Amino acid sequence: MTTIEVRGLTKRYGSDVVVDDLSFSVAPGQVTGFLGPNGAGKSTTMKMIIGLAAPTHGIVTVGGRRYQDLPVPLTEVGALLDASAVHGARTAYDHLLALAVSNGLPRRRVDEVLARTGLEGVAGKRAGGFSLGMRQRLGIAATLLGDPRALIFDEPVNGLDPEGIRWIRDFMRSLAAEGRAVLVSSHLMSEMAQTADHLVVIGRGRLIADMGMADLMHANGDGTVLVRTGEPFAHHLTAAGGTVRDGLEGALVVSGLSSTEIGKLAAYHGVPLSELTPQRVSLEDAFIELTRESVEYQGAAA
Amino acid sequence: MNTLHAEWIKLRSLRSTWYTVACLFVFGLGITALSMSGAGTEYRGGTDADRAAWDPTSQSLKTFIVAQLIVGVLGILVVTSEFATGLMQTTLAATPRRNRLLAAKAIVATAVAAVAGQALMFIAFFIGQALLAGQDVPYARLGDTGVLKAVVGGGLYLSAIALLAVGLGAILRATAGALATLVGIVFLVPALSGLFPDWMQGIFDFWPTLGAAAIFGTLPDENFPHPWLNLGGLWLGVAVVLTAAFVVFRRRDV
Repeated sequence: MTTIEVRGLTKRYGSDVVVDDLSFSVAPGQVTGFLGPNGAGKSTTMKMIIGLAAPTHGIVTVGGRRYQDLPVPLTEVGALLDASAVHGARTAYDHLLALAVSNGLPRRRVDEVLARTGLEGVAGKRAGGFSLGMRQRLGIAATLLGDPRALIFDEPVNGLDPEGIRWIRDFMRSLAAEGRAVLVSSHLMSEMAQTADHLVVIGRGRLIADMGMADLMHANGDGTVLVRTGEPFAHHLTAAGGTVRDGLEGALVVSGLSSTEIGKLAAYHGVPLSELTPQRVSLEDAFIELTRESVEYQGAAA
Repeated sequence: MNTLHAEWIKLRSLRSTWYTVACLFVFGLGITALSMSGAGTEYRGGTDADRAAWDPTSQSLKTFIVAQLIVGVLGILVVTSEFATGLMQTTLAATPRRNRLLAAKAIVATAVAAVAGQALMFIAFFIGQALLAGQDVPYARLGDTGVLKAVVGGGLYLSAIALLAVGLGAILRATAGALATLVGIVFLVPALSGLFPDWMQGIFDFWPTLGAAAIFGTLPDENFPHPWLNLGGLWLGVAVVLTAAFVVFRRRDV
C-alpha cells in the first residue's frame, strides 16, 4: 500500500519560512483533507511531495521512496496542482498521450481515462477552449493515466459550479473507496467536511492538527447552547458558571453549561424559555479556532 | 526513449511547430529568390575584383541570416512554452529526471531544426543557382569545390543555433527574454563587433553570423582558412551554454 510520508519538511525562501518542520502521512483508503488558510504552505508542500520544489530540510517519501527515484512515477502518484497547466493549443488527447508515452503506458489508457472523466466527446478538441470544469476533468484524467495508488489534488473545486463540485467530491470518495491514498487541499473547511475522512491542518507552514474528522469535532469543546427567552436570564446563567454572549435576535449563546443544566436553572427561577437548542460546533468554527491559535503563537514567537 | 517519444508527440501536436517550419521555408526561400533575381545585374556591373570574389553558393545561402532566427524560435518555444503555460509542472511530475527531460527536448528540437534547416539549405542552393543560370552569370553545381561543404555545413550551423536556443530557453524560462537574447547574439553583437576590445575578436571567430558563418563560403578566405574549425567552435560555445542550462534546470524549483 502506498503511503505518502512527510517528515520534518521545511522550505525557506530567503528568510521566509513557508513550510516549517511539517510531518504527517497520507494513508491509503481514505481522503486526507489538507487544510489551511491561503498562504499556509499547502501548495508548496504538495510541490515538494512530487519533487517540483526542493525541501530546505526534511524528506518526503512515496511508498518508501523519494519521488525522483520512482521508476514509473505516474503509476505511483497522480498529482493535479494546477488545472490550467496545459498547453491550450494541444488537444486533450495529445496532451494525455504525451504524458502516457513518457511513462511507457499503453495508448489505450488515454481512452480509458477520457471515458472515466467523461471527456470522450472532446478528446480531439484543443484544451484552450475548455471551461474550467472541463480542464479540471482533463487534469484529473491525467492523474489517473498510470492507475496510481496515491493521488494529490490542490484546491480541486476552486471556481467550479455546484455540479462540478459534486462530481469532484464523489470522484475523490470513489478513489479512496478503491483503496487509494487521496490528499486533497482546500482552504474551505465546509468542503472538507463533506469529503475528507482525515484532516491535516496547517497554518503558517506549521502543523496545527492531524486527526480524524470525528476527533476534530470532539476536540473542540462541548459546543454552545442557544437560549431564547423574554425575561432577564443572563445574570442567572453567569451566576451558575456559564459564559453568555448575545446571539442574533435577542438570543443568548451560552457556553460552559449543558442544555440540561440550563433547563433546570430556568425552571428553578421560573423563567419561561421559548428556545433551548444545543449547538454543534461547526467545522468552520473549529477551523478558525485552530488557525487563530497558530497565528497568535506565531505572533508571540516573533 | 519514452521521454524522447513523448517530447516528439508534444512538438508535433502543436500547430505552432508547423507554422514555424512553414515560416522557415516561406521566408528562407523567399529571401533567396528575391536576392538571387537581382544578383545577375550586380555581377555584370561589378569590377574584376568583385567578379573574382563572386561566390554563387554563399550568395544563395545568405538566407541563413533569417533562417537562424526562425529555427531559434522553434528551439526556444520547446522549453519556454511549457513554463508559460505551467505545463512544466505536469511534465516534471511525469518525468522527474530533469536531465533526461531537457536532453529529450534538446534532441527533438535540434533534430527538427537539422532536417528542416538542411532541406532549406539544399533547396535554397538549387533555387539560387537556377535563378543565376537564368541570368546567364556564373553559377555553382553541387559537385564544385567546397559547395557540398557549404550546404551541409549550413544545415549544421542552423542545428547549432536551435540547440543554443533550447539552452537559452531553459536558462531564461521566458519566451521574450530568450528571444531577445538570441537576437542579441546573432544580430546585435555581430553588428557592433567592431566596437568590442581586441581580446574579444578571438571569440568572434566562432560567433554566429561572424566567424562561424565562414562555412557558407566556397572561396578560400585568408581570415578563416579552416571553416570547419570555426563551426566546431560554435558548437563548443553552444555546449557551454547548454551545460549551464542543464545545471540551472536541475536545481530550480518549478
